[in-house]
Amino acid sequence: MSNAPVDKGRRRFLTVATSVVGGAGVVGAAVPFIASWNPSAKARIAGAPVEVKIDKVEPGQLVRVEWRGSPVWIIRRTQEMLDSLPLIEGRLRDPESREPQQPDYARNQHRSIDPEWFIAVGICTHLGCSPQFIDRNFGVAEGVDSGFFCPCHGSRFDIAGRVFQGVPAPTNLVIPPHYFVDSETVLVGEEEGAA
Amino acid sequence: MSLMNWIDKRIPFSNTMKLHVTEYPAPKNFNFWYLMGSLAIVVLVNQIVTGIWLTMSYNPSAEGAFASVEYIMRDVEYGWLLRYMHSTGASAFFVVVYLHMFRGLMYGSYQKPRELLWIFGMLIFLVLMAEAFMGYLLPWGQMSYWGAQVIISLFGAIPIIGDDLTTWIRGDYVISGATLNRFFALHVIALPLVLVILVFLHLIALHEVGSNNPDGVEIKKPKGSVPEAEQAKFKFHERYTNKYDIVDAIPFHPYYTVKDIVGLVVFLILCSLVIFYAPTMGGFFLEPPNFQAADPMVTPEHIAPVWYFTPFYAILRAVPDKLGGVILMFAAIVMLALIPWLDRAKARSVRYRSTLHKANLTQFAISFVILGYLGAMPATDLYTFIARVCTILYFGFFIALFFYSKNEKIKPLPERLTK
Repeated sequence: MSNAPVDKGRRRFLTVATSVVGGAGVVGAAVPFIASWNPSAKARIAGAPVEVKIDKVEPGQLVRVEWRGSPVWIIRRTQEMLDSLPLIEGRLRDPESREPQQPDYARNQHRSIDPEWFIAVGICTHLGCSPQFIDRNFGVAEGVDSGFFCPCHGSRFDIAGRVFQGVPAPTNLVIPPHYFVDSETVLVGEEEGAA
Repeated sequence: MSLMNWIDKRIPFSNTMKLHVTEYPAPKNFNFWYLMGSLAIVVLVNQIVTGIWLTMSYNPSAEGAFASVEYIMRDVEYGWLLRYMHSTGASAFFVVVYLHMFRGLMYGSYQKPRELLWIFGMLIFLVLMAEAFMGYLLPWGQMSYWGAQVIISLFGAIPIIGDDLTTWIRGDYVISGATLNRFFALHVIALPLVLVILVFLHLIALHEVGSNNPDGVEIKKPKGSVPEAEQAKFKFHERYTNKYDIVDAIPFHPYYTVKDIVGLVVFLILCSLVIFYAPTMGGFFLEPPNFQAADPMVTPEHIAPVWYFTPFYAILRAVPDKLGGVILMFAAIVMLALIPWLDRAKARSVRYRSTLHKANLTQFAISFVILGYLGAMPATDLYTFIARVCTILYFGFFIALFFYSKNEKIKPLPERLTK
């Protein structure tokens, strides 16, 4: 034991330096624990795009496919459905799709590439339930017979997936990236020209 | 007693028993409401024991979970009983915890010096809700799946990081086997461990400040202020008697252990009736859609959480804005945690407080129950309106309390406990 007087400044420096190094070690050690909660490589691969044949879909019909474990709707809209789109825009929260809920090529009144084909993720933007497709007697306005109704909390969307005002869902339905490979096939989950 | 002696030389066993059990001074006027704490401990033990046994036959995978629960119900000997004890225990846990919390509100058991005791209690309540929520995913039924979907989506309302956060919690782009597996790990080891530690801290904090009682007046008087003849006639640990003169107290054991056992017998009879005759409790303890395996493609017609979450769920739905609803729901719990500082009255027990406070507390309890009912029902226009009114009343309780409690006119407090 040396009898030298205690150098408080030195002791404080060593305490702080040791704490900082130890703290950095704790942060570093936390990385694997936190990162292991991210989707695994397997889950990421399961998020790959899906190819759907659409040549047999009738007008007014909804086809459900699975992409990244979520339901994706493919609806071949009738002329009546398309005609109903402008009628109730005053009652929609975001009729012009300002919120980035869709790729740029679907940022239009019908929220799709081809007005006839509506492709959307069938998950309510409120709390993730899957809304019901109502193809008659939607009952919100004259001339609007179809749309989507979420049974969980009563959110309503029009036939282009645009959310109504005064419902819990904050935004329009999500339009996934997609493109038409040819006139009979659509690829959901990837943009045209992506690798 | 040489063995006892041998032990006591190595670990303070006898002293701890005296300090916390046989020579712990408890107020003599505990009523029905004071059963809930010990009942909650019994339920916790039941959950841990039946839970361990359930894990022996349960398979935590998306492919096997639902089938393994059916296997437990049909093929494992007494598996149905273990499972119903566990599922009924979960609801019973919330029944006693809600009554326990209401007791605290009635008798001002959160007031100084019991703030930290109350905070530990609120933490137990939070962890208990997380534990129950994660446990509900494990049977992998429709309501498990979609209920979890709704609750995890709540975190998506957080600006900027919301979407990444929900993906991180799920470990996938949707609820999947990865989610199930981690919820299993959290449900069977992480959260129970935290829960047991918090219960331990709750009890240590309780014994440090001493139990409150229906009169809300202290049984520990300043040392030397009470004549010997008026002090309690029992032998209490010197840790308490060195600092205080103790009045109107009885030792926890045998007096309250015996009382609690009487309550426990009645409680177990009620639990048995549910377990053997109404294990689903008409869809409130186990919901009908949960008898169907989880299907990510189809949402059930009506999603409602289990009854013990419905008051908060109704608050969530009452707000026509996603982030606002989430904030208000969590605020509903935060307000409860803050009540030791919101209530500034000079009296603890509702017995000595103003009519205004009695009315306020009553309307709070009624609003909470109505919210609980509405949260289980589909959201119609009328129900949403009522839920909004009750949400305002719920928060109004705290706001009003803060303002009137400062100068509240209280009845004169008794020196000693009344009957």
